Amino acid sequence: MRVLIPVGFGLNCEEETAAAFRMVGAEVELVHLTDLFARRAPRRIADYQVLAMVGGFSYGDHVAGGLVLATRIRAHLQADLSDLLGSGGRVLGICNGFQTLVRLGLLPGPELGPPDFLPRAALTNHDRLGYRDAWVRIGVDPRTTSAWTRGVTALDVPTRHGEGKFVVESSAVLSDLDRRGQLAFRWIDAAGTPTEAWPENPNGSALGVAGVTDSTGRILGLMPHPDAFLYPWHHPDYARRRAELEAVEAGGLAIFRAGITAD
Amino acid sequence: MDDVTRIEIATRSGFADSRGLSVAATIRTHLGIQIGAVRTRDVFHVEPALPATDAARVTSEFAGPIVRRGAVGRIEDGPFDVAVSVGFKPGVTDPVGKSARVAIEDLLGRPLGAGGAVYASRVYLLSGVSVADARRAATQLLANEVIERVTVQAFAEWQTAAPDLKVPRVVEHPPLPAETVRLRGLDAAALQALSRQKLLALSTPELLAIRDYFAAAATDPARVRAGLGADPTDVELECLAQTWSEHCKHKIFNATITYRETGRPPEEIRSLFKQYIRGTTAAVDAAITAREGKSWLVSVFHDNAGVIAATARYHLVYKVETHNSPSALDPYGGAMTGIVGVNRDPFATGLGSDLLSNVWGYCFGPPGWTGTLPPGLLHPRRIRDGVHRGVIDGGNQSGIPYGRGWEFFDDRFLGKPLVYCGTVGRMPVTVTGRPTEVKSARPGDRIVMVGGRIGKDGIHGATFSSAELTEESPVQAVQIGDPITQKMMFDFLLEAREAGLYSSVTDNGAGGLSSSVGEMARQPGGAWLDLSLAPLKYQGLAPWEVLVSEAQERMTLAVPPASLPAFLALARLREVEATDLGAFTGSGALEVRWGAETVGLLPLDFLHDGDPELRIEAVWAAPSPAQAPALAAPATAAEGNALAEEFLSRDNLRSSEQLSRTYDHEVKGLTVVKPWIGAGRDVPADATVFMIAHDGDLTGYALAEGVFPTYSDHDAWAMAQAGVDLAVRRVIAAGARVDRIAALDNYCWPDPMPGEKNPDAPHKAAQLVRASKGLAEICIAYGVPLISGKDSMKNDAVVGGKRISIPPTLLASAIAVVDDVRRAVTLEAAAAGELLVLVGETRQELGGTEWAAARGLTGGEVPRTTPAALWPGYQAVARAIASGLVQAAHAVGRGGLLHSLFLMARASGLGLSADLSRARVAGAVDWEGLLLGETTGRLLLAIEPGRLAALQAALAGVPHAVVGTFDAGGTLRIGLGATPLVDSPVDALARAWKREGRAS
Repeated sequence: MRVLIPVGFGLNCEEETAAAFRMVGAEVELVHLTDLFARRAPRRIADYQVLAMVGGFSYGDHVAGGLVLATRIRAHLQADLSDLLGSGGRVLGICNGFQTLVRLGLLPGPELGPPDFLPRAALTNHDRLGYRDAWVRIGVDPRTTSAWTRGVTALDVPTRHGEGKFVVESSAVLSDLDRRGQLAFRWIDAAGTPTEAWPENPNGSALGVAGVTDSTGRILGLMPHPDAFLYPWHHPDYARRRAELEAVEAGGLAIFRAGITAD
Repeated sequence: MDDVTRIEIATRSGFADSRGLSVAATIRTHLGIQIGAVRTRDVFHVEPALPATDAARVTSEFAGPIVRRGAVGRIEDGPFDVAVSVGFKPGVTDPVGKSARVAIEDLLGRPLGAGGAVYASRVYLLSGVSVADARRAATQLLANEVIERVTVQAFAEWQTAAPDLKVPRVVEHPPLPAETVRLRGLDAAALQALSRQKLLALSTPELLAIRDYFAAAATDPARVRAGLGADPTDVELECLAQTWSEHCKHKIFNATITYRETGRPPEEIRSLFKQYIRGTTAAVDAAITAREGKSWLVSVFHDNAGVIAATARYHLVYKVETHNSPSALDPYGGAMTGIVGVNRDPFATGLGSDLLSNVWGYCFGPPGWTGTLPPGLLHPRRIRDGVHRGVIDGGNQSGIPYGRGWEFFDDRFLGKPLVYCGTVGRMPVTVTGRPTEVKSARPGDRIVMVGGRIGKDGIHGATFSSAELTEESPVQAVQIGDPITQKMMFDFLLEAREAGLYSSVTDNGAGGLSSSVGEMARQPGGAWLDLSLAPLKYQGLAPWEVLVSEAQERMTLAVPPASLPAFLALARLREVEATDLGAFTGSGALEVRWGAETVGLLPLDFLHDGDPELRIEAVWAAPSPAQAPALAAPATAAEGNALAEEFLSRDNLRSSEQLSRTYDHEVKGLTVVKPWIGAGRDVPADATVFMIAHDGDLTGYALAEGVFPTYSDHDAWAMAQAGVDLAVRRVIAAGARVDRIAALDNYCWPDPMPGEKNPDAPHKAAQLVRASKGLAEICIAYGVPLISGKDSMKNDAVVGGKRISIPPTLLASAIAVVDDVRRAVTLEAAAAGELLVLVGETRQELGGTEWAAARGLTGGEVPRTTPAALWPGYQAVARAIASGLVQAAHAVGRGGLLHSLFLMARASGLGLSADLSRARVAGAVDWEGLLLGETTGRLLLAIEPGRLAALQAALAGVPHAVVGTFDAGGTLRIGLGATPLVDSPVDALARAWKREGRAS
C-alpha cells in the first residue's frame, strides 16, 4: 500500500502520521501541496492507494478551520480526488485534515453514488470551551462499515482542537447518519458509553460524534489524534501502568493498519 | 465611492456564538460590567471591489453550510445597544486577511492584482450596556489601540450609518532619500539630545566615538569614492545604533566592572561574559574532554543557539529569549513575536534545525491586583491573558509542542512583565555530507532575504528594548507575528537545506537586516546590499528604515551564485518570497546601496569593535539578615489543614493545568513525560521528556528550569544558584544522564547603569556580579556547561516619575540527554506500601521563600546552595534511577516539603504519611523550616520496600532518611514526631490548589 501525505501551508502532523503508517508496513510519501497543485510531483494522487490529510493549522485556521486549504484543494485537485476515490482509494483525515474533508464535502458525503463535493456538515466550536490538549477515550460504533475501523473497538487518544463539534442540517439527518453507521467514532465515558459531557467529550458533539465515515466506508475523518499514540510510552499513565501498557500494542496503530489492509 | 467589497460572517441563530459568550464573560469578570449578550461578526474588506456574483460566492464559501451565515455589505440583525468595530491600524500585519486573500484568489481563479488586498476585522454587538461602558470594554479588553482602531456606535447611529467601507490602507509616499546627519561640531549634550530624538539609545562616549570616527574617515579613499563625507548618513548612524545596542551587543556583560565589597579589596572584572559565562563553559568543556576523551559540546556562544551532541543522527539545539518590552505594550502581539522569534534562533543555527519543542515562562504582577496602576501600564491580568494567547497561537499554529511552562507573580513585575520563550531543535549531524553546525558564507555568495516583507513595524525594537519604558514608547516598536508565513518559510528552507542550496543562514530579529547582514559579513569579510531591491509592504520607507526594520518572519541566507536560480525557483513554487539583495565580499566593509548610490560604508572592525569600553561601578552591601520571628506550630491538624489549603492556593503554587492545556504539548508525537502528569494528570512534571525522532532510537532529552526572583532580595548569588540547582535536580529526578546536562542562562535585570533616577545602580551591578559568580561556581561544580544565554538589562518602568524595578532574575534552563525514554521517572508512586525517602539535609532557610511572602517576612536566611557538597549525592541518585531502583522522584522546590509531599500524593493517586522529624537536618530547624523552608539540594524518592537496602547502599555517604509511606487511602498526613501538622484528604487540598469554585 502506498500512502500519500500532502504537506505544507501550516499542516504539521506529517512526521508522526508518516511514522504511524510506516510502523504498520505502508510505503509513505510526503509531497508538498504546491507540487500537487503544479502537477510537478512524480505521481498523481490516484497513483496512491491512500491519501492521508494530517492534522495541523493549515492557514492558521483563519476564516475557519480547514477552510482556506479546502478552497485551494477544490480549486486545484478536485478531479484528482475523484479519480482516487473512483479507483477504490481510501482517505483519512485527522483533526485539521478532517475539517478539510468536511469543508470539501467528502464527509459525510452523499448517501449514494460518487462524491459530489457538496458540504453537508460543519465542525464548529464547543459552545463555551476552546482548544484543549487532553487525553480522552473514543469508541467505534459497532454498526460502522468503515474500512478504517476493522478490528478497532475503543482506544485512548489525545484531543487537540477548537473546532470539532460535528453538526448537520437537522436531527433527522444526524439520525440517518447514525442509523447507517456513518458516525464511526464516539467520545465515550469510563463505562464505554457515548457521551456529550465535557471533558470526556471535548467539543459537545451530539451523540458524542468524534469521527465520521462516508457511505462507502473508504473515507474516514476524526478529531482526536491516533497519530499521537504510537508507542506505549505515549500514554499518560505509562509511569504507573508500564507493564500493562507494554503488554499490548499502542492503541493508535490499529486504525492505520486497518486503513492499509485490503478488503 | 470606495472601491471595496465588505463581507460579514456571523453565527446563525440556534448556534452558540462561542467567541461572543467568552467576551461577555470576560467583560463581566475583568471589568465588572454586568453586560447582557454579545454577538460577534467577522468582517472582510476586499479591494478592488468584487463583482456581485463573485462577492456572493466568497460570502457563501466563507460562511459554509449550517453554522454561519454571511452577507455582502452588512448583516441586518435584531436590536442591540452598542456596536464595537475593531480592525488593524494601517501597516499592521494582518495574517487572517492574508489567508483570506489566498482563498478568494483560488476560489475565483484569478488574482486580486498588485493593488489588491483583503483586510480582516471584527464587530461586537453588545446588549445591556451603556455606550460609556462599551467604550471601556472596547479600549480595555476588545482592542489594543497601539495597533488597532476602534469605533463605538450606539444602535441608532449604527442603524442609520452606511456599512463601514474604510480600509487601513497605508498611505504610500515616494521613497525617502538617505540623509547626512551632521555630528561635527556637536558637543556631548547636543549629541545626547540627537540620540534621544532619534531613539538611538547611544551613550555619550559612543556618540563621541561615532562623531570622531567619521570626522577622521573623511579622507578615506573608499569613502571619498563613494561620495560620503565627514558625517555619517542616517543609514550609518542607525546601523551603528542597532549593532551597538545593549540588546545586540551586551555591553554590560562585556564591560569592565569594579566590584567592591566591605572587608575585601576592590576587584576588577574584565567582562562578566568572558570570565563567568564563556570561562565557565571552557572549564567544563575541558573537564568533559579530560574525562571522556572528547566533548559533547558541538557549538556554543558564536551562533544563534547552543548545540550539544545527542544521537548518531542528531544534535540538540536550544535557545531561550525574552520579549519583555513589546509584551508590556501589546501583550498578544509582543508575546507571539517572542515565541515565533525564538523559533528562528535554533532554526538559524548552523545550516538549520528542525524545531522540536517550545518552552515558556512568565513573571507578572499579581493577576488579582487591586492597587492603583500608573498611567501607561496595562493591568497585569490583561497582560497575562494577552501573553498566554499570543504564545498559544504562535506555538500551536507553528506545530511545535510546549515542554515547559511556568508563571511567577510579584508586585514588582507590574512595571515590566518578563516573557521568556525558548525553543529546542534537532540538527542533523550532517547535511549533504557537511557538518551541519558549520556555516560557510564566502565572498561572492548572494545575500538573499526570505519570508515576510518589510514595513515600519518593529523599527527601533533593539534600541527600544535597551531603554526603559515611558509613556511615549513608539508604536513601531511592536511587531505582530504571523506563524503561518513563518511555517511556510521554514518548510521551504528545510527543503533548501537538504538540497544544499545555501551556505549560511541567520535570523532577522533585533536590528533587522543591519544585524543579520552585519553579523554574517564577518565570516567572508564584507558585504554589499542594495536596499532598493528589498520587498516592502508599502512604499515610503527611508533606506535606514528598510535596513533596521524588525518586520517578522524573515531570514537572511548566503546562497552560492550557482545555487541561486534553483533556490529562487523553489521559493516561488512554495509560495515563499525570496529576494536577492546583494553579495558577500572580502572588502572588509559593509556597503549599503540604494540603487546606484552608496548610502553607507562601515568598516566591519569599526561596526563590530569600535564601541568604547564601558566601565561600571558595583558595590555590594549585604542586606542585614534580620532573623524572622518564629511562629507557633499549628495547634491542631485542622489549623494545619487550613494553612495548607491557603498556602497551596497561592498564585505561585496553585495548579495552572487548565490554562496550560490550551497549549499543545504533544504534536509531532515525540512527547513522553508530558507537562502535566499523575493520576489526575494535573501535577506539573519535574521535567518533561521527549524523543528526538521517530527513527527507532529511544534516546531522548529532558527539559526543566529553575527561577527564584525573590531570593535576590537577600543575595543574587543564592538566587542564581538556587535556579541552576533546581533545574539540574529536576532533570536528574526525571532520569536524565548526570554527565549530559547543559544549561542556558537568561538574565533579566533592572538597569545597573547610573542615572539620575537610578540611585542604587551600583547595588544592581553588584547583584549582577554576584549572580554571575554564583552561576560560575555551581556550573563548574556540577560539570554543567552554559551553552547559550541572553540578557535583558533594562527591566524598569518609569511612569509618572515613579520607578518600578524588577527583582534581579536569572532563569536557568536545563537540557539533558536521556538514554532511554522508557526509563524516565516522574513523581508518581505506583502502589501502596512504597516508601518515601528524602535525600539531602534541611536547614532553617525561610528568607525569600513563598512562605516568607505568605507571612510577610522580610528577614531570615535565604536558601544557600553548596554545590560541591551536593554533587556526589546527585550522582548517587542518578545511578539509583538508572539502575531501576526508583519508582518516582521529585526535586523539592518553591513551597518546600508541604508543596512537594502534596504533589507526590496527588500525582500517585495514593495516600501518604510522612514524619518530618526523621528528615536529616543541619543546625536547629523548627516546623516552619521543615514544612515550608526551601533548602536547596533535596530530592524525594519513592521506592518499593524490598529495594530499600539496595537504595541505602547506593546512597552510602549521602544524607538521606525514610520519611514516609504511601498507602491506599486518600489522605495526606504530615507530622513532626507525634505532632500532626497536616491531616487532610488529598482531594480537599487539591480543590484549594486548583481554586475550584473560586474565580481565578
